Amino acid sequence: MLLNIKNLHVSIDGKEIIKGLNLGVNKGEVHAIMGPNGTGKSTLAAAITGREGYEITEGEIWFKGKNIVDLSPEERANEGIFLSFQYPVEIPGVSMTNFMRTAINAQREYRGEPAMPAGEFLKLMEEKKKLVEIHSKLTNRSVNEGFSGGEKKKNEIFQMALLEPTLAILDETDSGLDIDALRVVAKGVNQLRADNNAFVVITHYQRLLEYIVPDFVHVMYDGKIVKSGGKNLALELEEKGYEWLKQQELA
Amino acid sequence: MDKNPTNNILDEVTQSEYKFGFFTDIDTEVAPKGLTEDTIRFISAKKEEPEWMLEFRLKAFRHWLTLEQPEWAHVEFPKINYQDIIYYAAPKRKKELESLDEVDPELLDTFNKLGISLDEQKRLTGVAVDAVIDSVSVKTTFQDTLAKHGIIFCSFSEAVRNHPDLVKQYMGSVVPYTDNYFAALNSAVFSDGSFCFIPKGVRCPLELSTYFRINAANTGQFERTLIVAEAGSYVSYMEGCTAPMRDENQLHAAIVEIVAMDEAEVKYSTVQNWYPGDKQGKGGVYNFVTKRGMCKGHHSKISWTQVETGSSITWKYPSCVLMGDHSIGEFYSVAVTNNYQQADTGTKMIHIGKNTRSTIISKGISAGKSNNSYRGLVKILPGATNSRNFSQCDSLLLGDKCGAHTFPYIQAKNESSIIEHEATTSKISEDQLFYCNQRGIDTEKAIGLIVNGYAKEVLNKLPMEFAVEAQKLLSITLEGSVG
Repeated sequence: MLLNIKNLHVSIDGKEIIKGLNLGVNKGEVHAIMGPNGTGKSTLAAAITGREGYEITEGEIWFKGKNIVDLSPEERANEGIFLSFQYPVEIPGVSMTNFMRTAINAQREYRGEPAMPAGEFLKLMEEKKKLVEIHSKLTNRSVNEGFSGGEKKKNEIFQMALLEPTLAILDETDSGLDIDALRVVAKGVNQLRADNNAFVVITHYQRLLEYIVPDFVHVMYDGKIVKSGGKNLALELEEKGYEWLKQQELA
Repeated sequence: MDKNPTNNILDEVTQSEYKFGFFTDIDTEVAPKGLTEDTIRFISAKKEEPEWMLEFRLKAFRHWLTLEQPEWAHVEFPKINYQDIIYYAAPKRKKELESLDEVDPELLDTFNKLGISLDEQKRLTGVAVDAVIDSVSVKTTFQDTLAKHGIIFCSFSEAVRNHPDLVKQYMGSVVPYTDNYFAALNSAVFSDGSFCFIPKGVRCPLELSTYFRINAANTGQFERTLIVAEAGSYVSYMEGCTAPMRDENQLHAAIVEIVAMDEAEVKYSTVQNWYPGDKQGKGGVYNFVTKRGMCKGHHSKISWTQVETGSSITWKYPSCVLMGDHSIGEFYSVAVTNNYQQADTGTKMIHIGKNTRSTIISKGISAGKSNNSYRGLVKILPGATNSRNFSQCDSLLLGDKCGAHTFPYIQAKNESSIIEHEATTSKISEDQLFYCNQRGIDTEKAIGLIVNGYAKEVLNKLPMEFAVEAQKLLSITLEGSVG
């Protein structure tokens, strides 16, 4: 199993947000995590990627056969975990080219590989730009600076394409996207889907899942996964609403 | 970016400990400690100076005796005992040098460690270097090429010997010895430095650069640089320095004077990396420098670009006196302080001529327990009608134990001029750091990236060779500042 989360408990400032979550993801799979606001979906993403302030009080996160809870965020990234941020941050003055070259070379260094030659890197950039239909002018600008909401999300997928992670977590990538941008983002993801990687797609709406068709759908509620199923679960959920789940939960 | 192996002093630097703290044991000829008229006569005699030069020094010394060390800067340091300083040290020379073969091999080794190569490869890089080690110029390259254009680029001592009329005419014309305490001290005891003269209408084909280096214990460095750009000429001058590790504080009080005549342009770039002291604030260089340019002619232009990462205390204000109508003054600065470093730096733009313009971009970065102050004066005189100034002073804080301060002084004496001042203070956000971390970039590298992005506007003004070094230097300086 690529990712195996066992009985995960996560607190922020002493308040427990995730309360005993289990999730297993194999290579080649796409898992969708759905659920109403405030149930801990983004907290789960932060906990897997090792963000400071998200305290794992209990449980284990196994990735590629290693419990990663004690690894730093950059070590987890270098192990092959990528997060497409819900709110990508701006870094003024740092060009996308420079940023991505630094990132790629950091990961290569971690794996004991030599830095990528500049020419090869630029070629790779060109190739991946086409994949996500990102404009040249965006990659010449500073990281996310002055990007529209849609451009920021495309830029996340572009970075994912360059870094080729084993596990990609997409945190509300569809929020704030118009239908055209959504198609582009989904197309990028679909092209990157392969037998040797996996995706965890966190979303509030079923809409994104029309374009990125999941193998499994999990519904989160109050810090736990309360229901799992195939892609049809998303449709059922869309139809019946989260209220249906709450009632099931109470029942 | 193409990197030149012979020119990247900082290329190999990867550690936060100061790398250039090696000490070269060269047979040094030194003056006795202390400062009296005899010391000055000793220096002047050692340098075989003409009588008028000695007179200048003595006048400056007598004036210095009447002055008190100023205390208005936002810096703190123990009282300097000026009688406990050696004012002259020169590597001994057996005879005049004809080629590199004759240079002391140990000295050459020092240059190699610094990455300074004096061989013909320099021609390919387009850089002429006047390398100053402990006050005396050892070897100068490219004088032939420069001579073809009528450009004079030599040590100050040589200029005193070979071009006395030019030196007499311009020395002290921008920074008179009466200017301030440290200017008077420098004028009395200056050891050597560089002289550069660009004749009318000549565009200097090379970037000129000088590497200064303090190399003997307890030796104050008193460099003096004079650049004269005649009408319609252009020169880009680079100054960079590294100093060996010392426990005692070392005083560095240099003077740089620039004169730009009608339509002349001078670009002066500095990367300052003197020993900053250790992590506990012990040791380090006191860098008290007077740098000033005079835009004497109409449409003349002087640009100062500085990257200040070193020294335990930096106290300097590269300034422009905009005398000629339509003249332009620019100041681009990145000042980084870490650990216990202190910096009080900025500029003065004095608008005298009509339609004069000045731009000030200052980027302060403070980390550790350091203090970083911007202090700037924009003065627009009654006759400087329709003049403009734009100032932008940004501060970036790393951690919560450091300080950033801005002291802008604005004096406008006419109504047709426009002065704009912008200032921001920011911190590197945890969101930014996590974003970088999540891409595999560790926190130190991330800080380097973010800081270089923040300082980009200024770094872009540096000549290419310097820009690469400066970027590395910024990252290196801030290593270990967050943890």
